[in-house]
Amino acid sequence: MSQLKDAILSVTASGDKAFIPYIMAGDGGLEKLKPIILRLQELGVTAIEVGIPFTDPVADGPTIERAGERALASGTTLRKVIETLTSFADEITVPLVAMTYLNPILAYGVEQFAADASVAGIRGLIIPDMPLEESEVVHPALTAAEISLVQLVSLTSTPERMERLTKASEGFIYAVTVNGITGARSSFANELEAHFKKIQSYTDTPVLAGFGISTATHVKDFGSFCSGVIVGSKIVDSLVAEDWEAIEELVKASKLAANEVGI
Amino acid sequence: MTTGVKGRFGRFGGQFVPETLMTALQELDEAYDKVKNDEAFQEELHYYLKNYVGRETPLYFAERLTKECGGAKIYLKREDLNHTGAHKINNALGQALLAKRMGKKKIVAETGAGQHGVATATACALLNLECIVYMGAEDVKRQALNVFRMELLGTKVVAVEKGSATLKDAVNEALRHWVTNIDDTHYILGSAMGPHPFPTIVRDFQRVIGDETRAQILETENRLPDAIVACIGGGSNSIGMFYPFVEDKDVALHGVEAAGKGIETGKHAAAIYSGQTGVLHGAFMYLLQDEDGFVQEAHSISAGLDYPGVGPEHCHLHDIGRATYGNVTDEEALEGLKLLCRTEGILPALESAHAVYYASKLVKTMAPDDILVICLSGRGDKDVHTISEALGGDLA
Ligand SMILES: Cc1ncc(COP(=O)(O)O)c(C=O)c1O
Repeated sequence: MSQLKDAILSVTASGDKAFIPYIMAGDGGLEKLKPIILRLQELGVTAIEVGIPFTDPVADGPTIERAGERALASGTTLRKVIETLTSFADEITVPLVAMTYLNPILAYGVEQFAADASVAGIRGLIIPDMPLEESEVVHPALTAAEISLVQLVSLTSTPERMERLTKASEGFIYAVTVNGITGARSSFANELEAHFKKIQSYTDTPVLAGFGISTATHVKDFGSFCSGVIVGSKIVDSLVAEDWEAIEELVKASKLAANEVGI
Repeated sequence: MTTGVKGRFGRFGGQFVPETLMTALQELDEAYDKVKNDEAFQEELHYYLKNYVGRETPLYFAERLTKECGGAKIYLKREDLNHTGAHKINNALGQALLAKRMGKKKIVAETGAGQHGVATATACALLNLECIVYMGAEDVKRQALNVFRMELLGTKVVAVEKGSATLKDAVNEALRHWVTNIDDTHYILGSAMGPHPFPTIVRDFQRVIGDETRAQILETENRLPDAIVACIGGGSNSIGMFYPFVEDKDVALHGVEAAGKGIETGKHAAAIYSGQTGVLHGAFMYLLQDEDGFVQEAHSISAGLDYPGVGPEHCHLHDIGRATYGNVTDEEALEGLKLLCRTEGILPALESAHAVYYASKLVKTMAPDDILVICLSGRGDKDVHTISEALGGDLA
């Protein structure tokens, strides 16, 4: 049972594509977390990925890294993010997916983290510096708290590995679209469609594309061969610029109607 | 934290890296497994170590230092006499040869003091590999001479302004570069740290220090030493020195961490002393961090010890009590440095000076016919500006 997976499947069943924006908690101050989450869910996003800042974010590109530095400078910690989310958890209607490096979870205490995160509305977890092989350190506690541990599949994953990752992934499969770190990009490799088909062939868990997706065209293009997208750096930039129109446009591109009338 | 399958030293180590790196680590693991027992590879490595690096390095009886300290006999393992001035070349050359075997044409590396950067730049010039080195902007300033040397050797040096702008941030950038250029690039990690198989590869390429020392001391003294002392940054010169002696329970192993401005000031790099464990740069290890799990900046006068973690094998040796880890402040290291200059005419690297100072105290607790070996990991030419500044001179 995964609330996260169900939420995605109910979106795709209607013909729309899943749209998961990534936000950096505490960028601009933690008091912004609530209004941003409430407004995003009003726009009709499927779930929200809540980034936790870390001192050494090796999987992140400059945009998210800088957002993380701003969040750290404003005193954001994993504990404070969970407290803040908990304070308005009853108003949260979409599943939250926390993205945090492993060390803050270890410092928090794995069991305590899982229990508190669940109360805060966190239904999924992405740990970018923890491959499947190392996941036993958190997995039992997450299962007990009904938090789905999402695996990333990269372009470099061998077929054998891809199969293992896909089968282990909970909630959805985070298919990384480029070799590299997070950040906006203009072009993607041509073979992506085949890559996504291959991943989906192993599982009925929805496959979502992430890393580098930054335009409505990207959203539609990826939507044509997978279950949806995760948009990070572009959302982070738009939130800093308070450009909600840009965000709305991206969300709209994931809807069936947009694709039918070709907006 | 004993759950991961690969590359554990007790509860430490592992492969805590983004998925994109996992295939590369597996390839590296397999490639290394092949060359480890490949005679042709080992012969080629040995050829370069002998004729290019200048091995074996002397194990030198420091008679005047011994007299001055008053205690056990002190020997110096002269890694400072290696080509490029430190032990780092042992590993850089080994990994560069390994990269060639893997068909990789490009190399990325991080560097703190610049010694690993220079060693890697050197190996790349020798073997015709393209090389890019990430270095914290702070260290670029502290080690200007080494930056210049790397550039002369044809390497591109990129200053990292992020975070604390020191070694840990250089590792972050080197990892990012590697993830992005995984197809044609090998990452030559400079210490016995990072994700498996790096701690093992680096240790194996550095164990030549301990292997030689063992043969040399048996030859001159007809017995093993009573104690060995080495400084700890990421832990490569020390693990290379310790490893061949781990089974010899009568040989006391002492690692020396940097206490910076003093442990009590919080401005230090003594990760094992801190007692805190965590995950950074692919490994579970002792790690300087705050209560929220954020990694803390390390502080040391020596750029090469300025790292908040320590290689997983050392963490394990500490846990099982096989090695002892002490620490030495900036000020004490400078004293050790002056002591060695004055008594032996050897200017050690600031990193190695930590080991010298620690040993100068340790020998006093030992008998006069006991034997202590210091791993003199590098020479101090690179540090003259820092030393001058610290001693109130105006060279800097
Ligand atoms: C001369 C010297 N000694 C020691 C070190 C510390 O590294 P490690 O602990 O890996 O030997 C360095 C690192 O740059 C160095 O240059």
